[in-house]
Amino acid sequence: MNAPLVDVRNVSHRFGQASVLHNVSLRIEAGSYTVLLGPSGSGKTTLLSILGGFVVPTEGNVFIRGEDCTAVPPAKRPTTTVFQDYALFPHMSIGKNVAFGLRMRGVDGATRAQRARSALKLVGLADAFDRRPHQLSGGQRQRVALARALVVEPAVLLLDEPLGALDLKLRRQMQDELKALQKSVGTAFVHVTHDQEEAMALADHCVVMNDGRIEDEGAPERVYSQPATRFSATFMGESTVISGTVAGSRSGIITLRTPVGDISLPGEATPGSTFSLAVRPEHLLLGEPAGSLGLGEAVVGDVVFQGSFRRVLATSKRDPGIAFLARLATGSPVASGDTVAVSCRPEHIIRLKD
Amino acid sequence: MRAFAKILATVYALLLYGFIFLPVVVLVLFSLQATQFPIPPFTGPSTRWYAAVLADTRLTTGLLHSILVAVGSSLVAVTLGFLSAWGFARFYLPGSAFLRGLITLPLTVSYLIIGMGLLVLFNRVGIPKSLAAAGIGHVVVNLPLCFAIIYSQMGDHQINIERAARDLGASEWKVLLLVTVPVMAPAIFASFFLSMTFSWDEFVISFLLTRFETTLPVEIWNLLRSGLNPKTNAVGSLVFGVSIVLVVAFELLLFRRKQS
Repeated sequence: MNAPLVDVRNVSHRFGQASVLHNVSLRIEAGSYTVLLGPSGSGKTTLLSILGGFVVPTEGNVFIRGEDCTAVPPAKRPTTTVFQDYALFPHMSIGKNVAFGLRMRGVDGATRAQRARSALKLVGLADAFDRRPHQLSGGQRQRVALARALVVEPAVLLLDEPLGALDLKLRRQMQDELKALQKSVGTAFVHVTHDQEEAMALADHCVVMNDGRIEDEGAPERVYSQPATRFSATFMGESTVISGTVAGSRSGIITLRTPVGDISLPGEATPGSTFSLAVRPEHLLLGEPAGSLGLGEAVVGDVVFQGSFRRVLATSKRDPGIAFLARLATGSPVASGDTVAVSCRPEHIIRLKD
Repeated sequence: MRAFAKILATVYALLLYGFIFLPVVVLVLFSLQATQFPIPPFTGPSTRWYAAVLADTRLTTGLLHSILVAVGSSLVAVTLGFLSAWGFARFYLPGSAFLRGLITLPLTVSYLIIGMGLLVLFNRVGIPKSLAAAGIGHVVVNLPLCFAIIYSQMGDHQINIERAARDLGASEWKVLLLVTVPVMAPAIFASFFLSMTFSWDEFVISFLLTRFETTLPVEIWNLLRSGLNPKTNAVGSLVFGVSIVLVVAFELLLFRRKQS
């Protein structure tokens, strides 16, 4: 098997007393779009800074193209970063901004200008060459930052919450453009975000981080449909989580004792052990002809219209501590205050590791 | 009642500005005196005393020396002040707050004390009294000022800009010369002009640390010892005019950006 483009091995990092990364290992393949997804304080930005060379990890190593780059300064490693605030040079024209990296590499002026122009063309800003950063809008500056980082042909492009400062519409549009750009240049992108929709839309490889650890990683479809942990089930999309204990396990069928009643599922488990299940909102059935797996009755609380669907919160009658979260068609007759039967199909139940 | 308060406020303002500017107005007015003594009645306007100043080689040499000392000491003070501000703003130093306080401490010490201290020290080390010695004295008093101005303008938003330059392959020196200095240019020029202003009309240190070649304020003092004369008014007005130009340059540079 070929060595990956980037290989992060057993990296831990502490800022003073505070430990921000715990034994993180990550492989990034050439040409992939990796998204580091997590809440603030999850260590995702620190991991990106370690990849970029701005932070040297307390423990562990970073290999890029097989070379140990752990302590190589940013100027000397084959990565470039698109900063959250874009960090354009305010005293230089857009063309000079984009050409800066080539200038540092000793490329002659004419070649520099020509390559800067084609990089700007790539991001759709061909006519901004002679303008200044303050004359551009946020979205345009974002593109300039992208062109500036891509023009030096890095092995890995690092993006630190690049869409965070843009409004929703522009963010969705830039999201599509980023994905298209990555496919056309073929450079590996590593993108940090706390927006799970952005992560699902962009990633080939989605890395869910929490509290300095990688909770789950894989194709976004897999991470969404089969989240490995309770955290990724609730952070990457929403879920109803039910905990219980294993009451019995016999011939490939386990019986779980939960606050909403006993549930039987195919699988193996040690009787007496604790257990958590998750169900995605679009898989919960409320009031309809019951799915094959009953989850008791619930009282409907909030019903929120969200355009193409209605988001419904319902509280279990058996255990008010359990809140069912469902996504219903706008035509569904369920209203606030109704008592409804809750069910789902066994194949939609997700078993979680805590 | 309100009208009365308004009149009172106007009178107060007139008195206040009069108190501040009357001496300068008198100085400038009598520099234009046509007769021998700078006392009323006003007999001008005449530029005869300005011509006399420009014809006096001691004064014109002093003027050149003052420009030399002001430019030279300000260049050194700005360079050192910028480098120390950059160091404090960008790198972690143990006891950083204490060391920053120590750098700005000369601002609170009187020029007389600094001048005497340097005089004693230079005597001991064997540096003769000279324009260079006065220049060193001016660096001592202006460095804290340059440091304070540049440090205050060195915000966190520039850190990422410097990081971006480093990320794109720039060495530390290139980051400093191609990014940090141009981005900080307004603060750097502003502190340069303010430093020039202070050096330009500084008397005590120059008086203590120079001997044969000396600066304009010391020459003016020599002139004053032989009695009042419209020539002193004329040269004083010239010094004042240059100071005004420098201060205006400083204010334009430092405060222009905040309005835009």
